Amino acid sequence: MMCAEELGAYGLRSLGIGERLLPRSDITLCDQFVLIGSGMIWNVYFGVLALAAGFFLATLLALGKAASSAWIRKPADWFVFLFRGSPLFIQFFLAYEAFVRLPDSIGVGLFGAEGADLGWLTRAYAGALVVLFFNTSAYAGEIFYGALLSVPKGDLEAADAYGLTGFTRFRRIVWPTMLRLAWPAYTNEAIFLFHATTLVFFSGFPAWRQQGDALYYASYFADKTFNPFIPYPIVALYFIVLTLIVISLFSAAGRRLNRHLPSSDRPRRPRAIGQLVR
Amino acid sequence: MFEYCSDPSALDGARWLSCYLTNGVHLRFYSSFGTVLLLLAITAPLALAFGFLGAAASRSGVAPLRWSGKTYTSMVRGVPDIVFFLFFVIALDQAFEWTRHQALCPGWDAPIRQGAEFNVCPEAKLPRSSSPQAWHEAYNFSLAIVTFAIVFGAFAANVLYGAMRAVPRAQMETAAAYGMTERQAFRRILVPQMWVYALPGLSNLWMILIKATPLLFLLGVEDIVYWAREIGGSKTSAFSYPHPDWRIWYFSGLLVFYLIFTKISEIVLARLTARLSAGQATAEGERLRRAAPAGPAA
Repeated sequence: MMCAEELGAYGLRSLGIGERLLPRSDITLCDQFVLIGSGMIWNVYFGVLALAAGFFLATLLALGKAASSAWIRKPADWFVFLFRGSPLFIQFFLAYEAFVRLPDSIGVGLFGAEGADLGWLTRAYAGALVVLFFNTSAYAGEIFYGALLSVPKGDLEAADAYGLTGFTRFRRIVWPTMLRLAWPAYTNEAIFLFHATTLVFFSGFPAWRQQGDALYYASYFADKTFNPFIPYPIVALYFIVLTLIVISLFSAAGRRLNRHLPSSDRPRRPRAIGQLVR
Repeated sequence: MFEYCSDPSALDGARWLSCYLTNGVHLRFYSSFGTVLLLLAITAPLALAFGFLGAAASRSGVAPLRWSGKTYTSMVRGVPDIVFFLFFVIALDQAFEWTRHQALCPGWDAPIRQGAEFNVCPEAKLPRSSSPQAWHEAYNFSLAIVTFAIVFGAFAANVLYGAMRAVPRAQMETAAAYGMTERQAFRRILVPQMWVYALPGLSNLWMILIKATPLLFLLGVEDIVYWAREIGGSKTSAFSYPHPDWRIWYFSGLLVFYLIFTKISEIVLARLTARLSAGQATAEGERLRRAAPAGPAA
């Protein structure tokens, strides 16, 4: 099998399993492919968890932005503005600095005299995930809000005619239509969230024991070999594959959301254009 | 800055703060905001030009030109842009040095790539090791500009390509009926009309470009993030203005700067969209037409 030895040594290196030292000299193509692939575990981890959790907060934010009460609307507006209006890069820096201070200031007050150990928030796996979760919620919340406003009036009138009210009306009429309308844009958001996960180890969060993501290892190799023409195309390749998987999963979900429509009314396959750095 | 600042250790309160915020490194910090604005001012038109060329190439009838245009426009879709940023900065640097090496040192026979080394002859080094520090910084900055322009040009090419396709076909057919050549129709009909379709995408791109400027820090330019980290870090009493770790305040400042910047851009772009949409056969143009009072146009 190709690269079997390297796969054993570095396949799970990004999780701290396997060889302790990274390859330093005589770096082979196998080393690069395996170690960068191992780093992809983190990109997938951040992307999947932030997206899954962010989906629910995004729905709440969209409803909050559409609420008639200013007490609900304003906080939702500000949350979305805060995370969409500033660079993710700065958000990471700021969150890290805040989390570093957290244990000895707020932690003590919140969790009694001895204070809970909140040090794990300074580690990327938790701290960066929190930031990505808030960030994608804000972006997706704005997308869902736009879709919420474009839910056809006829659908709502039909719901009223059937006597649907409150949560039932939301769950059976408003929410599915909102998702259907938002889906192409939401697919984009998912793709660019996965791309944004590469920023984690380049911003405030240090890589603990050299356990980093794909780009972290790629830049490690680029530094060691002073040759950018191999590691970066490898990352690119991995990400193209990841993007294609995301697109196919989301189009499958999109087909399900649109299955009641005649085929001519269905939206075209989503194209990944839009956000890049956030 | 102020006269009373000569002995910082004797100061306290507002006076200390006023001296602290106007000392030498802070002035450099403030001027680095200029660096960011300069980057935006140069990159935006450059990226638009790259994007225009890319979009025009994608429509070309010449196959190789079309393929290269398509490759350029699609390259940013599947791959995180930060990969390109990290890649191009080294790749461009090596490409420049390699080209100069070929031109300046024809007699050099040692291999350029030896293991982990990239050795070009001393004359081909960019910038020359003897050049002043300012040249090194300028070189880094221009590498960053070209990198930004390439990556954002690809995004702009996507937007402009879509906009060119959005111009109603009838317009181009009418141009052909009037006897215009393809090139004339492109220049006189397509390009003037495409901007209103491109504006939403370009507005989005501008916001993204603003939010991408902290990446300058990764490219080795002394930008606002660099100075915020430098100055914010805790300073011992060996410094004239000792203070604990204040980075959180500096980054909060940067956050506010970006929030204000994006908010202002949003307002300006909304106005621009309204102005460009007036009289256009688009939904927004229709909305404006209906909103306007009846009667002859004011």
